[in-house]
Amino acid sequence: MSRASTVAQVGAMFVVALIAWKALVVIGGYPVFILPPPDTVANRFVRAWIDGTFAPHFGATLQEVVLGFVVGAGLALVIGYGLARSVLVGRLLSPYLVAAQATPILALAPLLALWFGAGLLSKVVICSLIVFFPVAVATMVGIRSVDAGLLELARSLRATRRQVVATLEIPAALPSILGGMRVGVTLAVVGAIVGEWAGASQGLGVLVNLARGSLFDIPLMFATLLTIALMGVVLYGLVVLTERRLVGPR
Amino acid sequence: MSGHLAIRGVTVDFERPAGRLEVLEGIDLEVQPGEVVALIGPNGSGKSTLLRVAAGLLAPRDGRIELDGRAIVEPDPAIGLVFQEPRLLPWRSVAANVGYPLELAGWPRPRRDARVNELLELIGLSGWPDARPSQLSGGMRQRVALARALALEPRVLLLDEPFSALDALTRERLNLELLDLWGRTGTSIVVVTHSIQEAIFLADRVAVLSSRPGRIVANLRVTLPRPRSLDALDAAAVSPLATEIRQRLGDVAA
Repeated sequence: MSRASTVAQVGAMFVVALIAWKALVVIGGYPVFILPPPDTVANRFVRAWIDGTFAPHFGATLQEVVLGFVVGAGLALVIGYGLARSVLVGRLLSPYLVAAQATPILALAPLLALWFGAGLLSKVVICSLIVFFPVAVATMVGIRSVDAGLLELARSLRATRRQVVATLEIPAALPSILGGMRVGVTLAVVGAIVGEWAGASQGLGVLVNLARGSLFDIPLMFATLLTIALMGVVLYGLVVLTERRLVGPR
Repeated sequence: MSGHLAIRGVTVDFERPAGRLEVLEGIDLEVQPGEVVALIGPNGSGKSTLLRVAAGLLAPRDGRIELDGRAIVEPDPAIGLVFQEPRLLPWRSVAANVGYPLELAGWPRPRRDARVNELLELIGLSGWPDARPSQLSGGMRQRVALARALALEPRVLLLDEPFSALDALTRERLNLELLDLWGRTGTSIVVVTHSIQEAIFLADRVAVLSSRPGRIVANLRVTLPRPRSLDALDAAAVSPLATEIRQRLGDVAA
């Protein structure tokens, strides 16, 4: 299928969704504070960007997400590698990792906010925690999937430990690792919002609360949700682009 | 260039939960410089294990390997190894796969590129430097593996059933090409095979291994004149030597 017709299809679907939304509001007769129509939300979205309502909150959340993702994914690469290559590391760490993952982040967030304060640090910790698991598991699976025959080849060519990591294990595990990062980056956005709900003065999560509560500006709340979703989509897109660049044809 | 490989009294066993499994017992085999020796034996006779010991990948319980009088206790650049499967890095181009040993050995880029071009020329893949392994046929992939094994100009080439996964026609052609490469590089060759015909066609000498634990039960000289063409392949199949090898294999199988 040609690129142009793909774009046309996607665009058509988007228009249909907008019409359906508008129709739901009109036919259902919902008031603006329950479901504002798309044009009202779009209006509010543009205005909030122009009048500078969004900028500080957006900046705060983006910073939390990016730092949290970098820290969480970075740690996950190291630990994931250890899990793949050392039985002992796996045996000692796995129970805690799974337990940390099984405890809902929503339940942990207040505790982390208590420990790390209402500032940037607690959000970064929450984001890293939520990003860590999928990336660590993907790294472990990717490293374990390296063909034993290729490892033997590298040994027969007297490759050093570092050369094995750089020329075999990382390239072989890259598709899996980036798959984990795709999941991780969207979760990082979730982590930031959850962290902000547990206590913060700035961020898109705070703005959602403000718009619903003291401001009672439901179109602004919708516009904020839209901004959060867009942030997730763009970050996801960046990971996919990275993947296309790094993982060539195989 | 030399290439005298001596396998002296090599005994290998694997530790199994059920106890020790003796795989090779007291193997003595010498390969003269420039000689081609075929290793043939039933399944489980430890042919591949012997090759891995000779390549320095596996330490024997007993015995030793010497290359031109030097003990081999770990993989050595003077020994080239070709596996049954091509074992190419799927994310690398043909040229980058052939140059992989040079890269690991720390050759600078220009020198590496020159050597890779030479090797691609040698195996007739000059037109494919940027192809991915997945775009190549099985025979081409194994040729890339062969070029990679030759990259560091080894004195001995060890081949573990290199063409067994290929179709019969491709296999014949690659055997012929292997002899051609051997003629041009002058390396000693040890080739493991399941095919009596292939063993005779390629080798100056055929060593027959018994079933587990593997012992050398016959060491037979091949008198087929060189250079050998595909006609020699037919001659090999019906030669008295083929009958003798089959008998030796039959003896040990019984």
